[in-house]
Amino acid sequence: MAQDRIRNFSIIAHIDHGKSTLADRILEVTDTVAGRDMRAQLLDSMELERERGITIKAQAVRVAWKGHQLNLIDTPGHVDFTYEVSRSLQACEGALLVVDAAQGIEAQTLANAYLAIDNDLEIVPLVNKIDLPQADPDGASAELAELIGDDPARVLRISAKTGQGVEAVLDAVVERIPAPTGDAEAPARALIFDSSYDQYRGVVAFVRVVDGSFSTHEPLRAMAQGTRFEAEEIGFFSPTMRPVEALSAGEVGYVVTGLKDVSRLRVGDTLTSERRPADEPVPGYKDVKPMVFSGLFPTDSDDYPVLRDALERLKLNDAALHYEPESSKALGFGFRCGFLGLLHMEIVRERLEREFDLDLLVTAPNVAYRVLVQGGDWREVHSPADLPNEFETVEEPYVRASVIVPKEYVGAVMELCNERRGHFEGLEYLSELRVHLTYELPLAEIVLDYYDQLKSRTRGYASFDYDLAGFREGELVRVDVLVAGEPVDALSLIIHRDGAYARGKALVERLREEIPRQYFDVAIQAAIGARVIARETVKARRKDVLAKCYGGDISRKRKLLEKQKAGKRRMKQVGAVEVPQEAFLAVLNLDSSKR
Amino acid sequence: MSGAVRHLYVHLPFCAHRCGYCDFVTVVGRTAQHGVYVDALLAELELERSLLAPALDTVFLGGGTPTFTEPDELRRLLSALPAAAEVTVEANPETVTPALAALLREGGVTRVSLGAQSFQPRLLATLERRAGPEAVRAAVYALRAACFDNISLDLVYGIPGQSAADLERDLAEALALEPEHLSLYELEAKPGTRFTHAHGAELGRQAEAMEDYFERVVERLTAAGLRWYETANFCRAPELAGGRDLRALHNLAYWLGRDYLGLGIGAVSTVAGLRRRNRPSLRDYLAALEVGEVPPRELEPLDESVQTAERLLLGLRLDEPVAFAEVRAAVDARALARLERLGLAERRGDTLTLTRRGRFLGGGVTADLLA
Repeated sequence: MAQDRIRNFSIIAHIDHGKSTLADRILEVTDTVAGRDMRAQLLDSMELERERGITIKAQAVRVAWKGHQLNLIDTPGHVDFTYEVSRSLQACEGALLVVDAAQGIEAQTLANAYLAIDNDLEIVPLVNKIDLPQADPDGASAELAELIGDDPARVLRISAKTGQGVEAVLDAVVERIPAPTGDAEAPARALIFDSSYDQYRGVVAFVRVVDGSFSTHEPLRAMAQGTRFEAEEIGFFSPTMRPVEALSAGEVGYVVTGLKDVSRLRVGDTLTSERRPADEPVPGYKDVKPMVFSGLFPTDSDDYPVLRDALERLKLNDAALHYEPESSKALGFGFRCGFLGLLHMEIVRERLEREFDLDLLVTAPNVAYRVLVQGGDWREVHSPADLPNEFETVEEPYVRASVIVPKEYVGAVMELCNERRGHFEGLEYLSELRVHLTYELPLAEIVLDYYDQLKSRTRGYASFDYDLAGFREGELVRVDVLVAGEPVDALSLIIHRDGAYARGKALVERLREEIPRQYFDVAIQAAIGARVIARETVKARRKDVLAKCYGGDISRKRKLLEKQKAGKRRMKQVGAVEVPQEAFLAVLNLDSSKR
Repeated sequence: MSGAVRHLYVHLPFCAHRCGYCDFVTVVGRTAQHGVYVDALLAELELERSLLAPALDTVFLGGGTPTFTEPDELRRLLSALPAAAEVTVEANPETVTPALAALLREGGVTRVSLGAQSFQPRLLATLERRAGPEAVRAAVYALRAACFDNISLDLVYGIPGQSAADLERDLAEALALEPEHLSLYELEAKPGTRFTHAHGAELGRQAEAMEDYFERVVERLTAAGLRWYETANFCRAPELAGGRDLRALHNLAYWLGRDYLGLGIGAVSTVAGLRRRNRPSLRDYLAALEVGEVPPRELEPLDESVQTAERLLLGLRLDEPVAFAEVRAAVDARALARLERLGLAERRGDTLTLTRRGRFLGGGVTADLLA
C-alpha cells in the first residue's frame, strides 16, 4: 500500500489504565474481529500475561479504517522491558497516550511519554474510563496536556470499556499521526521490534519495513549480529497470521525465519536483503544486558534436568534471559540466571513453576557488579560468591527513579530514598496535589523490597518507574555466612559497608533459629573476609532418647525413627552440619521480605 | 501341642484414677468388671496357649494398676497363670499393703515394680499421683517384710517445677530404699493428655534448664553402683548383688527381640514375625471372649528388614554390644562411619555399640544409623 495510506502507532499507558481494552475495542470497531470472537485482551496471548494484566511480548495487528492501513503495535508496559518498548515505539510514527480519568498521570505514563517524545512520535492524548463515577476527565486532561505541551481541548475523552469515543480515536490516528516516509526504492531495511518462537516454524520476527521491500524466500541478513537466513514466509497479523508475497516500506508484519534460537535474532537489529544490502542499519540497536541475578535451584535435586530443559525452552522465546550452571555446596546444582529486572525474574520463576511444575529455591536477587581487580582488569560479577576478596574498586548499577505521589507522602518517600542510599535529584508539582520526585538510587536497593516499602509507606498511592543511570563506585563489601567454618555460598551477599553489620547479625540470628541442634556445637558466623562481624552458636544436643520402649511401643518407636531418618535425608550437608532446606528458605526470605 | 514363646505379658487396665500424664490403656474404677475381665484374660490365654513353651521364663502383669484389681480376682488370675522364673507385677505404692504383699508372694510373684515417680509431694501433686512419699516407703517395707528381694522403683524426671536439687533429692531418697532396680523416665508431654494441656507450655520453657537431668541421673546412679544397662533402666550390679542378674528379664526379652505373647486389652504380641495388637475397647474384648472368640486385633506382619531394624533400634538401647552381623542389613554404613568419627558409635570386632555419649543421643543416633 502507498505509504500515505499507512499509519503505524502504539498505545502507551500506565498499568491498568486500559491499554488492552482499547486495543480490543479497536479490533472490534474496525471489524478485524467479530464481536462474538472477541476474547478480552486478545493481544495478550500468554495465560500468565492475562492473569497479571501485563503484556510481556509486543505484537502488531493490522486493521483497516476508512481506506487506511493502521498497524497497532502493542508494547510491554513495564520498566524491565524499556528497551523493548523503545524498539516498538521506534517502529511507529505516533502513539496513543492513555491516562485513566480517575487516576491521572502515573510514573509509567511519564516514562512512556518521554520515550515517545525521544522517538519523535506524534502523541495523541486520551483520557480513558470517563464512564467511571469517580472519573475526573477535566483534571486528567489538564495534566496530560501539560505533560506533552498540547491544548487540553485536543485530549480525546473515551471509554474503551463501553466503546464511547473509540471511532474518534481512529479518526485522530489518521488525521494526526504522520504517514511513514521511507524510501520505497532504497535497499531494503526493516527494524526488528520483537520476536517470538514457534516450535514448528522457529523464530518469528516482528518487523517494521523502513525502506525498500521484502519478499518471501528472499535471503536475508540481520545486520548487527550477522545472522543469515531465508524468509520462509512473510505476512501480517489481522488478527491471525496472513501470509503475503511482500511487505513494502512503511508496512508492519512478520517474517518466519526458521531459526531455532531467538538469541540469533535480537530485538533492535535491522534486516536487510542479501541481494542488495543496505549500508547502514536502523540506529538504536543495543545488546541488552541482564542487571538482576539470582540462583535458581530445584528443591528436589532430581529435578535438575527438568530445570535445565525448562530454561532452555524459555530462553527460546526470551532472548533477555541468561543462565549458566551454578553449583552451590548448600543448595546443590542449579543455575545462576540473569534478568532484565525484578518483574522479569518473577515472570520467569512463575513460568518455571507453573508450566514446568518445578518447585524452586530462589536465592536473594543481586545486581551486576563491576570490579577492578589488581592488575587493572575490570571484571563483571553476577554472584556475591564471585566477588574477589581483594580488589581495587567495585561499582554497582544506579537507576534514576521517578516517583509520583500525593504531596502528603513526599516526606515518607524522601525518607525511604535516603534510607536506601538515594541522591535527591528533583521535585516538581504536577498539579496542586501531586508531586513528581526524582532520585538516583543503587539498583541493589531497588531489587530488595523498595517497591513494597514504597507502596506500604504511601498506602499504595505512589507510582514508580526507573531508568538505568550507569555504574557508580560504592563502598561495598561481601558478607559471607559460615556454618561450622564452612561458607554457605548461597547466603553470601554484597552490601554497602554501613549496612553489613546489621545484616550479618540478622542473618546469623535467623540461621541459628533454623538450624537444628547437632551432635556438636555449631558456630554460625557472618564475616567480611577474615573478619567475623557476628556470631551465634547452636549448642550441641545433650540428650535425644526415646524414654520408654517396651513390647507395646516397638512399632511406634520404629516408625518414629524411620520418620526422623527420612527427615534427615532431606537435609543439606554443609560440611558436617545437617541443615534443613527450610533454613535456607527462611534466611532467603529474610532477604526479600525484611531487613 | 506347645510353641516356643517364653514371655507372657498380661494387661490389667484398672486404675483408681487416671493420672494426667498417662497415655496407657486404662479403665477407671469398674470394680464390678474385674471378675469378668479376669475370666476373659484366662479365656484368651486358653486360645493362645499353644503358642507358649512348656516352661516360661517371664510373666509380667502391667497396667493400669494391676494391684488395684480386686484382691480375689488378682489371686485367681495369679494362680491360673503359668509359672515362670520371673513374675513381675506393677504396683502403685498406695495399693501395697502387707496383705497385698502376701497375696503377691503366695501367687508366685518374684518381682514388684513400684510406680514411685517422685518423693516430693509438690511434684507428685503435679503428676496427680495419689501416693505421698511415705506411701512409697511403706510399700517398700511391706514388700521387704514379705521377703521380696527384687523391687524396682519407677521415677520420673523433668516434672514441671522440678529443680536440679529436687532431682538429686529424689535420687537420694530412691537409693536410700536400696531397690534392686530403678527405671528413670523423662516426663513426656504426650499429645492429647490432660497433662500436656495444663503443663505443656511450661515444660517447653523449662526444656533448656532440664537438659542435663538425664546426665545427672546416669552419673548419680552409676556412682551408687548401679548398672546403666538400658537407656532408662538401672539395676544393682551383679558384684553388689551376690552375682544375681537383676535386669528386668521380661523387658530384656523385648530388647533382645524375643517373641512374646500379650493378653488383655491393648496388649501386643510378637510371634514368628507377626505383631498383633488387641484393640483397647474393654466392651469389645469382653464380648468376644465371652463367646470364646479371639478379641478384635490389628495385625502387622514384620518382614525381614523390619525385624532387623528393630533388632538394631532395641539392641542399641542396651549396654551390651549388638552382634554386627545380625543388624548389618539395617545399618547405613556412611552414617556409621560418621557417627564413629563423632565418637558416638563404636565397632569393636564383630559388635556394634554406642559410646556413653552416643547413648545419651541414642534416639537420633539410631535414626541416623537406620539404612
